[in-house]
Amino acid sequence: MTYPIPNLLPALPEIWVLGMACVILIVDLYAKPHRLVAYLLCQGTLVGAALLTLTGWSTGTETTFNNTFVHDRLSDLLKLTFYLIMFCVFAYSREYIRERGMYRAEYFVLGLFGLVGMMVMASANHLLTLYLGLELLSLCLYAMVAFQRDSSQATEAAMKYFVLGAVSSGMLLYGMSILYGLTGSLEIGVIKQTIAGAGSENVALTFGLVFIVVAIAFKFGIVPFHMWVPDVYHGAPTSVTVYVGTAPKVAAFALVMRLLVGGLEDLAVSWREMLVILSVLSMGLGNIVAIAQTNIKRMLAYSSVSHMGFFLLGVINATPNGYGSALFYVIVYAVMSLGAFGMVILLSRTGFEAERLDDFKGLNQRSPWYAMIMLLLMFSMAGVPPTVGFYAKLLVIQSVIQANMIWLAVIAVLFAVIGAYYYLRIVRLMYFEDAEDQSPIIAGTDMRVLLGINGLALLLIIPWVGVVIDLCGKAIQGLS
Amino acid sequence: MNFEQLLFYFFSTVLVAAAVMVITIRNPVKAALFLVLTFFTAACLWILLEAEFLAIALVLVYVGAVMVLFLFVVMMLDVNLVRLREGFAEYLPIGGIVAVLLVLEMAIILGPQRFGLGNFPEPAGHAADYSNTRELGRVLYTAYVYPFEIAAVILLVAIIAAIALALRRRKDSKYQDPRKQIRVEPAERLRIVKMPTEKRG
Repeated sequence: MTYPIPNLLPALPEIWVLGMACVILIVDLYAKPHRLVAYLLCQGTLVGAALLTLTGWSTGTETTFNNTFVHDRLSDLLKLTFYLIMFCVFAYSREYIRERGMYRAEYFVLGLFGLVGMMVMASANHLLTLYLGLELLSLCLYAMVAFQRDSSQATEAAMKYFVLGAVSSGMLLYGMSILYGLTGSLEIGVIKQTIAGAGSENVALTFGLVFIVVAIAFKFGIVPFHMWVPDVYHGAPTSVTVYVGTAPKVAAFALVMRLLVGGLEDLAVSWREMLVILSVLSMGLGNIVAIAQTNIKRMLAYSSVSHMGFFLLGVINATPNGYGSALFYVIVYAVMSLGAFGMVILLSRTGFEAERLDDFKGLNQRSPWYAMIMLLLMFSMAGVPPTVGFYAKLLVIQSVIQANMIWLAVIAVLFAVIGAYYYLRIVRLMYFEDAEDQSPIIAGTDMRVLLGINGLALLLIIPWVGVVIDLCGKAIQGLS
Repeated sequence: MNFEQLLFYFFSTVLVAAAVMVITIRNPVKAALFLVLTFFTAACLWILLEAEFLAIALVLVYVGAVMVLFLFVVMMLDVNLVRLREGFAEYLPIGGIVAVLLVLEMAIILGPQRFGLGNFPEPAGHAADYSNTRELGRVLYTAYVYPFEIAAVILLVAIIAAIALALRRRKDSKYQDPRKQIRVEPAERLRIVKMPTEKRG
């Protein structure tokens, strides 16, 4: 019996990143005294992967590995976003982990393996690959949260994340097993064909769907499955929080697109109702509880809960237009959250974590430049025009209005206004209060440059925002 | 009811009973042993399904290796039973309601009208020389090569993570470095002190 060798070309970026992660692991053994080597190799890997993805930019849909892997515009766009975010994450982490004795090659290698997991999810065309990619990502995240071994807070956060993550993976598997039992296939395309027409009358399908929606909500941190978010964001070292809070959200979008849209779009009537409830709860609880926080990492965690509620608004529409706006929203959110946690890292130094809101007091006196960057980030998160955060919110609310759910749009705007309070509070602290702490802000050149670009991008991208939105729309259209 | 069905119901009953015992019994060592029984009966069910290789793998890997390790850990850790049971009564009502509801829903929805024997044709039996193991190896390295590789990466990550989190090189630990011991020079060990000879008194 012969079997054709699968076409490896579409999976070249995955193979490259995986290979390089193993190379870094080995090189590190011999290059221990030269600490920069692992970091530089890691960033080089990301640049190389971006080049590979760009040269292999897909024009259509292409599957390989016996239909377990799909290469389309959506997967390419998501992967490019991952590289970009990871590049900044590693650059922001470098000084932070060095000062706290976590600077080991394993840190970067685990980060890269997590990236491979996300890439696998973005390109999954089979329930098995989707699940394995998710597990690969989650395992790396659990380990990285616990990386600061002497911190009992980090260990507790890792434990909570691990237990709850395992429960949610169990939910996902159970939902998948019901789908498999009903359709007889694990391939997403085949599942879609089998259930076509069966629609929402099939109660067993809806039963399986519930578990899948719950698992997805867990991974996004959507109310009422958000319990882990504040504790993990707070307990993890900030350099890991910036990882957990950015790229995996975009990867979870891949989960939504491949599972809910790619496989179960015929059940949209059912999952839309569920998502509406989750979205309203998230926006409400996230925004209101965030006001009561005095720790900025917890505040940003609740802000992430509310942002994920807004993101769901785009999915609720269940049209390519809506998915496009959701994709745009989640990418913009990832960039904003990257910058915000980057600022927390920037203000921290050896033996001091700038975790309290009060640590931002009088930032304008200490450094007008970083105060302005933080101002842009907060304005963008609150959705103040002319920042890109405004466009993101505008698009998802527009898509809800298109779906004739005016009441939902009104609720969303109301909660956005409530949310603006705690973002603007930080602006007030920075500009209208006196600094308690006058120590100079020290950071590596790479971090200062990237953080500056990160903050300014939210404003300066505006002339080209149409291009990005267009790119998101095209990526979604490539699906059907 | 033929013999095979009788076996199926026997193993299923033992499986469910053992699984219930795992979570209700007080002693953690006994709970682990009941888990062994659960795995073992599951393996028996798999043999009824003609999945011999998987059944044997389950017994070898889970019963033979994982559970033994697990038992060691349970015995070494001094598990405080009182603290484990804290809050049990407090959460029992709500947990119980959710569990009962879930079981009822499952019974109604996943009942025989959807997953009954009538809905699924009986799979054709295999010839006597049919090798389960060969078949499994064939699909693992052809149709499922990509998921198989990802699973391998997950195991690699587990190794790296375990080492990164657990390996500690203590600065004050007193261990012997054989390399240093072998390359030692006489001068490092022996100090020759010149002393003037003394006259006999």
